[in-house]
Parts: sequence; structure tokens; C-alpha cells
Amino acid sequence: MNINATGLDYKELNEMLRSVRGACNINDCLGQRFIAAGISDKTITISGIPGNALGAYLNGAKLEVMGNAQDAVGDTMNDGTIVIHGNVGDAVGYAMRGGRIYVQGNAGYRAGIHMKAYKEKQPALVIGGKAGSFLGEYQAGGIIIVLGLADNDKPIVGNFPTTGMHGGKMFLRSECKGIHFPHQVHTHLADESEMEEIAHYLRRFCFYFGHDLKELLDHPFTVVMPDSRNPYRQMYVAN
Amino acid sequence: MVEHFIYPEFEVERNKDRCIACRVCERQCANEVHRFDPELGVMVADETKCVNCQRCVSLCPTRALKIVKSDCRLRENANWSDETIKEIYKQANSGGVLLSSMGNPKPLPVYWDKILINASQVTNPPIDPLREPMETKVFLGKKPKSVKRDENGDIVTEITPQLELSMPVMFSAMSYGSISYNAHASLARAATELGICYNTGEGGLHEDFYIYGPNTVVQVASGRFGVHKDYLEAAAAVEIKMGQGAKPGIGGHLPGAKIVGDVSRTRMIPEGSDAISPAPHHDIYSIEDLRQLVYSLKEATEYKKPIIVKVAAVHNIAAIASGIARSGADIIAIDGFRGGTGAAPTRIRDNVGIPIELALASVDQRLRDEGIRNNVSLVVGGSVRSAADVVKAVALGADAVYVATAALLAMGCHLCRTCQSGKCNWGIATQRPDLVKRLNPDIGSRRLVNLMDAWRHEIKELMGGMGINSIESLRGNRLMLRGVGLTAKELEILGISHAGE
Repeated sequence: MNINATGLDYKELNEMLRSVRGACNINDCLGQRFIAAGISDKTITISGIPGNALGAYLNGAKLEVMGNAQDAVGDTMNDGTIVIHGNVGDAVGYAMRGGRIYVQGNAGYRAGIHMKAYKEKQPALVIGGKAGSFLGEYQAGGIIIVLGLADNDKPIVGNFPTTGMHGGKMFLRSECKGIHFPHQVHTHLADESEMEEIAHYLRRFCFYFGHDLKELLDHPFTVVMPDSRNPYRQMYVAN
Repeated sequence: MVEHFIYPEFEVERNKDRCIACRVCERQCANEVHRFDPELGVMVADETKCVNCQRCVSLCPTRALKIVKSDCRLRENANWSDETIKEIYKQANSGGVLLSSMGNPKPLPVYWDKILINASQVTNPPIDPLREPMETKVFLGKKPKSVKRDENGDIVTEITPQLELSMPVMFSAMSYGSISYNAHASLARAATELGICYNTGEGGLHEDFYIYGPNTVVQVASGRFGVHKDYLEAAAAVEIKMGQGAKPGIGGHLPGAKIVGDVSRTRMIPEGSDAISPAPHHDIYSIEDLRQLVYSLKEATEYKKPIIVKVAAVHNIAAIASGIARSGADIIAIDGFRGGTGAAPTRIRDNVGIPIELALASVDQRLRDEGIRNNVSLVVGGSVRSAADVVKAVALGADAVYVATAALLAMGCHLCRTCQSGKCNWGIATQRPDLVKRLNPDIGSRRLVNLMDAWRHEIKELMGGMGINSIESLRGNRLMLRGVGLTAKELEILGISHAGE
């Protein structure tokens, strides 16, 4: 089914979406927020620019955006896949607890903040370009991958990455020279077994965006992991 | 480094004539104060571990035990109290931030106790609630500005979702993790029986408690623990937690030691990992951003649930509430500086925030002045201790109140204020299975129902005395209140006259 979003506000658009079964195309999307919030069982392709909070609380649906997306993509997402053929704004994947987000281009500030994981629920956020400041703040689980495939000489990640990180892993396709990480994480270059952990995500990235896997593997990956799952344990005294 | 010795705060007095060395106290004390000395054949105590929770006193079969506050004091003066000096020692010993539990214990004014309630005499006679119907039911949510009728004159109702409560009281947020499974079971069952709501706090909703969904408020806080579609759908209302009265402006850390078993699964984080709720929501920097979270929740729940925004009472609360009332939220919950907590930095708890009575009065007035009072309902918490406090809160403008400390006390809490240790001997603020089973949910829920039944009767009696037979007629009815011993400024903010005026 096709929905032309022209003139529809987000409430009307989401009501139409909920009534659709199976696959759906949204055309001429122009900033409508909250698209597919909490939706579980659909495949939705969006042409145009969706507004903030695309796929918030997403619960298993697949969303593909044939262009850029704005802030808070996949906020508190539980399951499903979001594929963005472009850049995303701030706070992509905030508090994500399951599912996958693939971004072809760059991500804004605060990507992957407070991602978490539990047993089989292991969320993954893959950013093809570069990430803004505060990447993976408070990361508590899951995998964040940044590939740095962008034609600019900015560092792969902005300032203050991984502050408060206490779980999960981050993979940055760079040697990360000159990037300052906080004291509670440690970094090392990925070995073969670690590259195997993310091979699936890299292959999917290539599949979605037409890259060659060899091209992605021509750079070393830096792995960032927390030192402790209890970063603040020593901070308090009972009174 | 030599640690400063801190003399125990409490002493265990054991009446040797009564003690039969049955060792009940030893088995009951998770702090391991009591011990049987086989050589001497007597019970002995290590008072350094005692928190005065009264568990051993309550269960001693021969009433041989008494816990008393130690009279061994440091050389205090009006500036340097025993407590202040000991806090310095603790910090010099450890380098740690002082961490406390439960509400602000400082002798700051309790305005509830300086407000008196009116009663009818001679004219406008009082109503006897034992003979006449009294309405305590309230509906929380946005109210329409005017009544619409169709061509037949029938009322057309286009009312946004409302939270229906049989009385203007809810159990406020306490997460599964900070309190036990059995404590949550007690609250959920009692709320269902009473026709009110309890609140999950930021710990997710255990799968066993989904059946109590119609009486459950689920919380979405900065850590977003346990938040997913089913959780939102299960609830009667969704609460966005921006702040908490006991610790305005800071987040929470549930230590990894409490993230075990079902707590881990309900929060969806691995066992042993700290549950960190950041101080801010990292996607909220303005009222517009708050509006975005409110509407993302409304979209995800298809506009079927009222959205509550909970904030701590702070200096600019009236302006903040005005913003929230314009954000699309249906209910504003305000938590005063005396509100309880499982753990908060002492300095924050004791020094940040303002009294709920003043916050409530100023918010209600501001929303009325701006003509947006009907956009939202107001719920207040932060030490509502009795039916009289409820009546005073409603008369100051609240639609309902949140109570938590009183609910904990009903379940057996003895306010020893060491929740952060995880060794609650009453089975409430603990995840240790042997302690949790001490709280029987059948008894816990019964005692909560008893408490609220008693309050409901008292509310009716207080209302009846004023000649008022419905909570709706009491709300914002500040003429029913008078202040005693308050300054002109305090009376002005509370919007009430002095007694005798």
C-alpha cells in the first residue's frame, strides 16, 4: 500500500499506518514525527524526510528511509530494523534495547546514549559516516559501530565519547589517535575474533548501502570497552 | 591511615532475666548484630552494625530486647552537632559522598502542621458521612473548557483519557529493585482492591504484575529501564519522571548488587551491572523536547492513556509547571523536598528543593492565573502523612496525592533509613530471598487496604465537617484553610488567611 503523506499530520499518518497490513510505502514525507511509534509487524519504506522520533519504541517492524532522518531515530527501540539511506540527527538509538539501526551517512550528537542489552536482546547501531560528540554516553550494552566513511577530515567521533560507559562494546574504524577517551574505558585494536563479532553487521551494511566488505576491512578497528560494570561503586559512604 | 572510631549510634539493651537465648534475634538480624556465645551461654551484640530497625525487638518472644539511642555523644555545640562531626569523620575515613535513605529529616517547617481546617457551625450544617453519600472519586486528566451539546441537548463528551481513582490517593513510584517482589505484589493488589493506582518507578514491570495493569502507573525515566510497547500498553497511565523530591537534579544508581534474578530481567540489564539513570533525559532540553516525549508516548499508546510528568518541587516550580501544562501532558506530579528515596546523596536530600505545600499553592495559582488549570490535573507528594494532609493538599489545589513512606510503614517499614544497604529486615528494600519472604503479600496488601480505608473514612469526616460532600467541591477551596504561626509572605504564597481572620 502507498500513503502519500502530503497534508497529513503525524496522528493521521500513524492511524493510517496502523490500519495497513504488511508492506507500506510512505511518499512525500515532510517532517511528520513519531512515524511507526511502537509498531511491530510491518515493512515501511519512506521517501522524503521523516520528522523526529522515527520508530520510537519500535517493536519489530522494518523501516527504510530513502533519505535523511532527523533527531531521536529509534528512541527506546525494542526490536526491528531501521535503515537510513542518508544522515541522522541527534540522539539516534537513545536507550535502544534491541533491534538494529543502520545509517549510511553521519550521525549527530549523542548517538547510542544509554543503549542496553540483556541476554539475547543485543541492539546494534551502525553508523557509516562519522559520529558527533557524546557518542555512546552511559552505554550499558549492545554494539555501536562507526565506520568513518565520509569525505571530510573530521575525526571519526566528536568530543567526549563513551563517558559513563559501563557495558557493551564500541567499534571505531580508525586508530583513534588524538581522540580522548575517559579513564573508565580501555581501548585496543580489534583482533580476529572481535572482528568476527561484528562481521554480520558489516555484511548487512554492505548489503544495504552497496559497499564492498574489503573496503571496510582496509582500516584497523579500535574496540572501546568499559573497565567496570559498577563505575560508581566506590563513590559513596553510608550515612 | 587510622580511621576515626565512630561510637555506635544505638545500643542493644538485653534484659538478662528475660532472655532465654532462643536466638530468634540472631536469625532475624540481616545486619548480624546478635550472636550466641557458646562459651558463656549468652547472647551478645555487636552494636556497630545496628540500624535500629526494631526487627529483633518486635520478634523477641520474651520482650527481652530494647534498642536505645546511645547517650555517648561527642562534645557538641550549637554549630557542630554530633551528627555533623560524625559526617566529617565518615568522609575523612572514606573519601565518599554521603548516601542516605528516606526523606529529609531536618527540622525545616512542615506547613501541613501550620494549616488548620474549617468546620461548619450553625449555618451550612455539617454532613454526617455515616448517613449521607460522600463522593471521594476523582478523575485525573485534561478537562474540557466548556460543555458541548448536540441538537437534542445531550452532552457530547470528547474527553481525553482519564485516570479514575476511588479516592484522591495513589501509591507513588518505588521501583522493583529498590523494593522487593513481595512489596510490589502488596502494592499492586492493594491498589486494585482499593480502585486506586500504584506506580512501577523506573524498574520495569514484572511479568506477574501485568494483570494489575488497570491499576498501574508505569514510569519512563532517563534510564528507560524496562520500557517497551507491552509495558506501556499494560498501564493505566504513563509517567515521565523528570525529577524526584528527595534528589532534584540528579539521577539514580541502583547498585549492581541489587540487579539479580528477576530484577535484572525486568530492567533488561545484565546481572551485577549498575543500573544508572542519568540526571537529565538526554533528549530533553526544553519544553518542546518534553512535548516530543509526551507525544511519542501518546502515539505509541494510541492516545488511550493519560501522560503524567513528574518533577521535583524547586524554586521556579510555577513557571516549570506552566510549561508542562502546555506540553500536552495530562497530569503534573510534583514531589516535595521531604519525599522519600531508596538512596540519595545526603547533601542533596537535605538541602535541595522546596516544601510541597508552597509549591502546590503557587503552581495551582499560576495555572489559574494563566487560564490553563483545566489542561492538567495536579498530583502532589513529598510527605503526605495522613488523611488531614490529603484534605489540606486538595484544598490547596491538588487533584490527588502520592504517598509512599506511609505505604511502606503500613507494610512493616520501621523507618530505620538504611534502604541503601539492601539488608531490609522487613523484606521491603531488599532482594535477598530469605528477607523478601518475610513480607507476606496477603498481609502487606491487607494492611495497605486497611490504611487507605481508614484514610477514606477520615477524609469523609473532615469533608462532612466542612459541609462538603464531594472532593470536587473541596479542590482549591482555600477558604477552608487557615494558617497558624505563619508570616504574611507564607500566607500570601499559600493563598490562605491567618487563623482568626
